[in-house]
Amino acid sequence: MEAGQDPRGALVRPYAVTRGRTEPQRDIALEAILLCTGRGQQEARFAGRDKHVIASICDGRAQSLAEIAAYTRLPLGVARVLVADMVAEGLLALHEVMGFEDADGRMEVLERVLSGLRRL
Amino acid sequence: MDSAGYSRFGRPPTAITSAKIVIAGGFGVGKTTLVGSVSEIEPLTTEAVMTAAGAGIDDSSKVPGKGTTTVAMDFGRITMAQDLVLYLFGTPGQTRFWFMWDELIRGAVGAVVLVDTRRVTDSFAPIDFFESRRLPYLVAVNCFDGAPRYAAEEVREALAIAPEVPLMLCDARQRESCKSVLITLVEHAIQSLRLEMARSTRGGSPVMR
Ligand SMILES: Nc1nc2c(ncn2[C@@H]2O[C@H](COP(=O)(O)OP(=O)(O)O)[C@@H](O)[C@H]2O)c(=O)[nH]1
Ligand SMILES: [Mg+2]
Repeated sequence: MEAGQDPRGALVRPYAVTRGRTEPQRDIALEAILLCTGRGQQEARFAGRDKHVIASICDGRAQSLAEIAAYTRLPLGVARVLVADMVAEGLLALHEVMGFEDADGRMEVLERVLSGLRRL
Repeated sequence: MDSAGYSRFGRPPTAITSAKIVIAGGFGVGKTTLVGSVSEIEPLTTEAVMTAAGAGIDDSSKVPGKGTTTVAMDFGRITMAQDLVLYLFGTPGQTRFWFMWDELIRGAVGAVVLVDTRRVTDSFAPIDFFESRRLPYLVAVNCFDGAPRYAAEEVREALAIAPEVPLMLCDARQRESCKSVLITLVEHAIQSLRLEMARSTRGGSPVMR
């Protein structure tokens, strides 16, 4: 994975990447799936190095925030700020996680997870 | 949601749902091993940063520097269908890492508390936590070679867990064993949700999570 070979490695001063911002534009769950949009495919390369890398990680592959943070070796909070920006900019599409407000929807996902595990 | 350029090929966007299961327990109890046994990818690691204040995950009021701690989470992935992905997050159960536990369990299917019979006390803190948050959990005793073997009931008694909490023996290195741990957890989560739904239609108070 190209992102894993970042010469800055884990030594990068984390919030320099986000220009000091530590507050994401929206809360994104660890397991939330992101996918690069068509706009992301076209425009992410102009959005800076980190965003470009993130866009290519999610290009045609459903990847969670946790996976993006792991592959980029960015601390979770930093990855979350960047990803939230990219969602706002239309470069990434954010998918829904299994919630806990709607019991019926939750039950449906649980049943699907159960049959998925049985099929493994 | 912004669907701009969602598809160059004119396909309608598919919603992809993701869910997660938390694997908790002390250092060396076999969390990463369990995740690796069922994950389709080599377990990955991500780090969350906590400030000295410990106010929250990647505490947003301060920039990390002196006095910060990081906690590493291992995780794996099982793609169940084109539109459904399950993640397994393994994380140390020590109370000093709890700054991120609320986020970790938010919306989770449930949790597995892995226990090593040589260090049973390591599991007290995560069990307390899941009980206080009313997250469905089960206890899986990871059977290390040479560790004392106890009957399941003895472990249950030592941990003082309720009779409805599933308790099972497992081998974190064995895929089939880990699969049955996860299946039992999801069955338990479904059962708990059914009870909760029945209770709330009878006018009980909703579960806070
Ligand atoms: N004998 C035996 N060894 C295990 C088992 N599960 C894990 N181990 C070993 O215990 C060590 C710690 O496991 P690891 O998964 O890294 O623990 P973690 O700190 O909870 O993530 C590793 O060397 C594993 O190979 C098990 O069920 N039986
Ligand atoms: Mg580990």
